[in-house]
Amino acid sequence: MKTDLSLRKIIGLLQKGEVSALDLVKAYLEQIEAYNKKLNVYLSVNTKVLALAKTIHGKPDARYPLLGIPIAIKDIFLTKNLRTTAASLVLDDYIPAYSATVVTKLEEAGAIVLGKTNLDAWCHGSSTETSDYGPTKNPWNINHLPGGSSGGSAVAVATDLAPAAMGTETAGSVRGPAAWCGIVGLKPTYGRVSRYGVIAMGSSLDSPGPLTKTVEDAAIILNVIAGKDPNDATTSPTNFDDYTNELEKGVKDLKIGIARDYLLPNMDSKVKDLIISAAKLFEKLGAKVDLVKTLDPRFAISVYTVVQRSEVSSNLSRYDGIRYGRDRKYFGQEAKRRIMLGTFTLSTGYHDKYYKKAQKVRTLFIDDFNKVFKKYDLLIGPTMPGPAPKIGVTEGQAMFGEMADVLTEPTSISGLPGISVPCGFVDGLPIGLNIFGPQFSEGIILRTAYAYEQSTSWHKQKPVDFKKVIIL
Amino acid sequence: MNNYTTIIGLETHVELKTASKMFCGCPSNHFGKPPNTQTCPVCLGLPGALPVPNKKAIEWSLMIGLAFNCKVSNFSKFDRKHYFYPDLPKGYQISQYDEPLCYEGYLDTSEGRVGITRVHIEEDTGKLQHTTISGSDMTLVDFNRSGVPLVEIVTEPDIRSAAQAKEFAQRLRSILRYLNVSDCDMEKGSMRLEANISLLQEFPISKFQFPINKNKSQLTKLPNYKVEVKNINSFRFMEKAILFEVERQKKLLESGYTPKQETRGWNESKNITVAQRSKETAADYRYFPEPDIPPMVFDDSYIKGVSSKIPELPQKIESLFIKKYNLRQQYAALLVSEKSLALYASDSFKEAASLGVDPDIVAGYIINQKINIDKVKPQDLVKDIKSKSESKVGDTKVIETWVDEAVKNLPQAVSDYQKGKLNAISALVGKVMQLSKGSADAKVVLNLLEKKLSSSKN
Repeated sequence: MKTDLSLRKIIGLLQKGEVSALDLVKAYLEQIEAYNKKLNVYLSVNTKVLALAKTIHGKPDARYPLLGIPIAIKDIFLTKNLRTTAASLVLDDYIPAYSATVVTKLEEAGAIVLGKTNLDAWCHGSSTETSDYGPTKNPWNINHLPGGSSGGSAVAVATDLAPAAMGTETAGSVRGPAAWCGIVGLKPTYGRVSRYGVIAMGSSLDSPGPLTKTVEDAAIILNVIAGKDPNDATTSPTNFDDYTNELEKGVKDLKIGIARDYLLPNMDSKVKDLIISAAKLFEKLGAKVDLVKTLDPRFAISVYTVVQRSEVSSNLSRYDGIRYGRDRKYFGQEAKRRIMLGTFTLSTGYHDKYYKKAQKVRTLFIDDFNKVFKKYDLLIGPTMPGPAPKIGVTEGQAMFGEMADVLTEPTSISGLPGISVPCGFVDGLPIGLNIFGPQFSEGIILRTAYAYEQSTSWHKQKPVDFKKVIIL
Repeated sequence: MNNYTTIIGLETHVELKTASKMFCGCPSNHFGKPPNTQTCPVCLGLPGALPVPNKKAIEWSLMIGLAFNCKVSNFSKFDRKHYFYPDLPKGYQISQYDEPLCYEGYLDTSEGRVGITRVHIEEDTGKLQHTTISGSDMTLVDFNRSGVPLVEIVTEPDIRSAAQAKEFAQRLRSILRYLNVSDCDMEKGSMRLEANISLLQEFPISKFQFPINKNKSQLTKLPNYKVEVKNINSFRFMEKAILFEVERQKKLLESGYTPKQETRGWNESKNITVAQRSKETAADYRYFPEPDIPPMVFDDSYIKGVSSKIPELPQKIESLFIKKYNLRQQYAALLVSEKSLALYASDSFKEAASLGVDPDIVAGYIINQKINIDKVKPQDLVKDIKSKSESKVGDTKVIETWVDEAVKNLPQAVSDYQKGKLNAISALVGKVMQLSKGSADAKVVLNLLEKKLSSSKN
């Protein structure tokens, strides 16, 4: 069977009985067998996946919306009895004793964990190059980066090694690789999706989210994973309707702002042109579109860096060499850098100068967004400042990720949701349109993204070059 | 020889006896349980695990603060306190730093008021077990205690003597037991005391540098060092440890040294304190707000609700006993030490008042005859006392002969009493009762004994 189908189409085929869970799993395993080595997508493939598929006999329904559907999971989510590494050698042979809430929810909806995808070690990066297991390759040009940290998940979906995947975003880690790989990536509101069982990076920022082939698929997965979790005190009890219900509603009633300050001065004008074309399309579809002034996103870089490093230094202290088998010398360069910087920014005498100050500026961003979203339903801008750069550019650039993620950091530090959808190509590499809004505006974001997707054909283009390249 | 003022501040940790731990669903009662049988991803600090605060524990902590006359702010939060130790699986303890649940309270003792700086909630750590397995020395970690709710109560440096420290700690424990929030068992470690002790040299008035009010926290300057004494697991040891420290520090100061700022442990077999670690530089715990737990907001009606759950506390009952029933202070203080005893006494006094029996006599009976309050009903006790007193020999002259004989037979009790061990009188009362075969009127006996002992003292 074909592996390039959307979740929605696969669900349809399963419901009609035209394919079985076993057919699906076999097809994806074949695809993995063919391309995984070349692209370095999966760190572990679930060896029980065939046996699991054989036990599934029903069809997807309201109770089990994902019954029989294989899904790729970023290797930062704990999976009970299935090796989970965070792409760090510190956890090289770690077999979790429990599963993340997101994984449990997907499994309870009938999904099958196909395998665990590559990432920047501990999510520390925007390229997957900091993975202790080597970088994942961008399928549009395997000499380029796939983005990160959820790079493995993005490439899995882009190259049909999975119909959909889970990632996590602290700032840009879902939307960034989705943009660079030409797929859809949704970062929900902080607290919309449980963090329980997700190896923590920046605890006040981390948001699990889906990477999918279509906007509708993102809504289908969000339906399953969203909601209050008694094991995560930061999840919100805010109710939500079926996120697929209003997808067709269009954008006629919406006021959309083009985030002027997100079209950075040194940005490739071809990227800006794509965003302006997207804005024009929204206007054509009936939305009211304006150019809107916001706080300069570049101020978010230092805020994000200080907050995230501080939290990282705290969160990694449990890997003290006493448990988990491996001692601290297995931490890679990037993790060590972050532990040192975060330890410094929390130390007596520097705490006020860095951590507290960063939190104050963070509040300024939140206030600024509150003001903007009183007038506008959503903002749009590019997801990344440019297309995927070449593998190796991050070498010697400790701040590469923070600079690359400049356009998603303001929303991350403010806890806001956003989606990246394919909106064109620059130099043969995909570009993403970032549509973001106030807290819990996932419904509006999804229908706006859907309206855009249905009126364009960028998402239908598939990478093919990677299939031709032979790696010796 | 110079004069010194002893400066003591106490830090008390108590484990709450909530059903579950502070941040997970594991049982919090860990004493004597097989190692690592009451653990989960959260209290083991496994990757990805998140804390969910125990509402009951927060409510109880607020109750404790309110019972010690503390202020409760409408906003509070948790913080991470970082340090490395094998019994701390996350590498940080979830505690409270600059926004404790309760602050600025006090507790009165007979030697004056002691300010309570703060009351906050945190999680307990695991426990290390140093042992030998197949001939090699090992350290094992038991995480059953990890995450048990722990309340920390910190006083101002207002305590001026070992006796006051002991009284403070006893009153504190009594209140916590009244609140029914902790077992406060020092041997099992559910109540832990740490004393910070230093000495301040008193200068003659002519060289007066800082005013010292011995009972209140009005020292304008504290000594430039303090010694923390840990590993104190009884009130008696605390008293001994403080007395030892005061002498040790005095000697050092007299010979021109400033005692080292350090943590010392009480060695109960040698009756000394022993240096454990130097605290000359403050540890940097890199506190920051715990991002996994949203800040706590308490509205006034919630605080009022918590406040209304506080039962009548021992000091209030003690003064009520004295005022309403004319009890001697000694009896009143003894009877309120445990809540069940105070309730029993209160019921007995009500009965006594209605039957025309002197509550003070009833109190004496409860204390001296060691009445089993679980078996003897207050009504029966008072009825019994009344009928006995009616058939009692009240003749002073007859009783005096028994008193004389008792005093002759028990010289030790007499000298103990005269040295201030007032409880020693119960042995003499008992002897008189024995001699009279229970027929002597206890109140008369007591009066005569007291008169006799105080006169023979002079």
